[in-house]
Amino acid sequence: MIFHPGIIALFLGSAVVVLMLLYISLLSVRVLRYWDIRSSSELQLSLERKTYLTSTIMNYILGYQIVSALLFIYTVDSLHTEFVGAMCATGVLNANPVGWYVLYLKVLNLLLSGLWIGINILDQRSPEYPLTRLKSALVLILLPLIAAEGYLEVRYFLGLDPAVITSCCGSMFSAQGKGLASSLTAIPVKKAEAGFALVWTLFFISGTLSLKYKVSSFKYVFSIISVLAFVVSLASVVSFISLYFYELPTHHCPFDILQADFNYVGYPLYISLFLCTITSMLTGIYEALRRKVERKDVVDRLQRKTTLSGLVFGLLFLIISLWPMVFSSFTLQGY
Amino acid sequence: MIKHLKILEFALSSLLRRKLKNLAIVSVFTTVTMVIASILFLTHSFKKEALLILQGSPELIVQRIQAGRHALIPLSYVDAIKGLPGVGDVRPRYWGYYYDPLTGANFTVIAYPEGIRKTEIIEGSLPGANEHGYCLIGSGVADARFLQIGDELFLQDIKGRVLSLKVRGIFKKSSQILTNDLVIISRPDFDRLFGFPEGHATDLTVQVYNPTEIQNIAGKVKKLLPDTRPITRSEILRTYDSLFNWRGGMLLALFASSVLAFVILAWDKATGLSAEERQEIGILKAIGWETSDVLTLKFWEGASISLISFLTGIILAYIHVFYFSAVLFEPALKGWSVLFPDFRLRPYVDLYQCFVLFMVTVVPYTASTIIPSWKAAITDPDSVMRG
Repeated sequence: MIFHPGIIALFLGSAVVVLMLLYISLLSVRVLRYWDIRSSSELQLSLERKTYLTSTIMNYILGYQIVSALLFIYTVDSLHTEFVGAMCATGVLNANPVGWYVLYLKVLNLLLSGLWIGINILDQRSPEYPLTRLKSALVLILLPLIAAEGYLEVRYFLGLDPAVITSCCGSMFSAQGKGLASSLTAIPVKKAEAGFALVWTLFFISGTLSLKYKVSSFKYVFSIISVLAFVVSLASVVSFISLYFYELPTHHCPFDILQADFNYVGYPLYISLFLCTITSMLTGIYEALRRKVERKDVVDRLQRKTTLSGLVFGLLFLIISLWPMVFSSFTLQGY
Repeated sequence: MIKHLKILEFALSSLLRRKLKNLAIVSVFTTVTMVIASILFLTHSFKKEALLILQGSPELIVQRIQAGRHALIPLSYVDAIKGLPGVGDVRPRYWGYYYDPLTGANFTVIAYPEGIRKTEIIEGSLPGANEHGYCLIGSGVADARFLQIGDELFLQDIKGRVLSLKVRGIFKKSSQILTNDLVIISRPDFDRLFGFPEGHATDLTVQVYNPTEIQNIAGKVKKLLPDTRPITRSEILRTYDSLFNWRGGMLLALFASSVLAFVILAWDKATGLSAEERQEIGILKAIGWETSDVLTLKFWEGASISLISFLTGIILAYIHVFYFSAVLFEPALKGWSVLFPDFRLRPYVDLYQCFVLFMVTVVPYTASTIIPSWKAAITDPDSVMRG
């Protein structure tokens, strides 16, 4: 399986990223040990310069993570023709279950690198670089995660055996089966819809409150709800949102919406959800970091921006996911 | 936002000021992108083409295997397979390869199948049911042997005697990918040419009513007649798919070394800043640019170079593959044969290929320029301006 152009591209990208990350991890260790903003030694000066390198590389890594997540899904999806019984990414991921962990790690790493960039923006806008140690520690946390992602990716693609007959989304995302996917599917549509509506209502209420009032608990609540909304929304995509796109009450696949037959609607859907979660989480993270930063006005301005963009992306996600429910003739009344 | 636009403007004008140096990088980058994009486009088109053609092939083919080799199948198997529930028509096929010593080519010889209809892909007339001594040939065969309708095609039969066949029709060039090396002759002529034993065919095609049952029927055939090998259409499709993926990936791996060479060039160009460039960055910093601004400048320079080369590379690859039939890579990717069809590929490019291309060209390039541009950005203004 290794000689598929998409797989080669993914391997190459992962190798480059892990190497760069390894390099900045070494820098980060030195920053953690010797960083002292009050000192004017030569060492401190060179460390200050190297933090620029760290943030530049992390920016590129975030960009890479975005492209590679899309490429991974797309490659896995396009491989389905080579497996008996597979009709989309689900079947190909089932062909070697390690693939699911790669997918989960990719989602996690994407979120973490997004948050890192957010913290970096706050750090670079405050003259005394108060968050440099925190950033370095985070790099050291990211390194094993991204390296694990690369390793599992290699394991996954090398372990794919096209002779294996896999089960497809039709049998996995059906209410009778076992496992997480099936239990998500088995949630009654009414309850799932109610949960979805509740979480997003809370999200918008807490977002508006935290925009209006300078109360820190609002901001924390907003961030926590955004994480909740992320999880609930992913579950809802499996449970009922995707059904409206397929106009088929039995088809619960979260990957088929990425295919051309459904106008690639999955991409804007997932991308807006991701952006919404990252920006909204940053509001709370900035709040937690507030006491470390001297210029409170910088924090306020950034929080305003993140909260606003969180709300906008959340709205975008809702519009995309609710569009077919409102405007298509398909209903789930009987279910 | 405005700040980024201004920096972009500055980046573009500073790229233009050093035309020659940047032109060198852009041209190498473009070539690398073009080569890799050609490979991707070509294999993808082949896959599509194979898929479209095989859509019309029979759902299930049954061959007989003897001592691990493909052997002739007895016609008694037809009724045995017909007895399976869900099976429609079962037809024997008579075909083989004929090595032509005159031209050094291999012809695919097929005995005139029942139910063939006059279609627009054939010039000339179709023979009647009981006629023999005629042939219908592909345009590649016609060209190789300089034949026209009404001429005679001479073949040597199994006993060494000459078999003379009158050319009744020639397949048009537009169907070349399917019919280029084809010779269709009557059953009696076929038996004489190859000396098939009585009651045997090359293989059987099986029609299955319900497409979801194909796998099941294939299993039953294998159980019923253990010396056969049922081949389903989806198996053939999958094999082609992985074959072309493999060929494309193989070439890609070969050209990985050229990407590496390019990365070294980019690294070298980015590290070797001239005194003039150093001074420029020094002055920028002296008049108030911050390190992060210089880094942004370098980012936009890299992005412009990547974008220009990437897009030019894709356009050149498109022209190379779809207008010039990929003259550079054809032999490696297509396969080879004396009578090779000469065909135009259907243009087909999608976002996925562009993503893959981006990953194997732009990502390594950017990675190789990060550290040099950071080195440039941290230069001390006073040290460079003093010279």
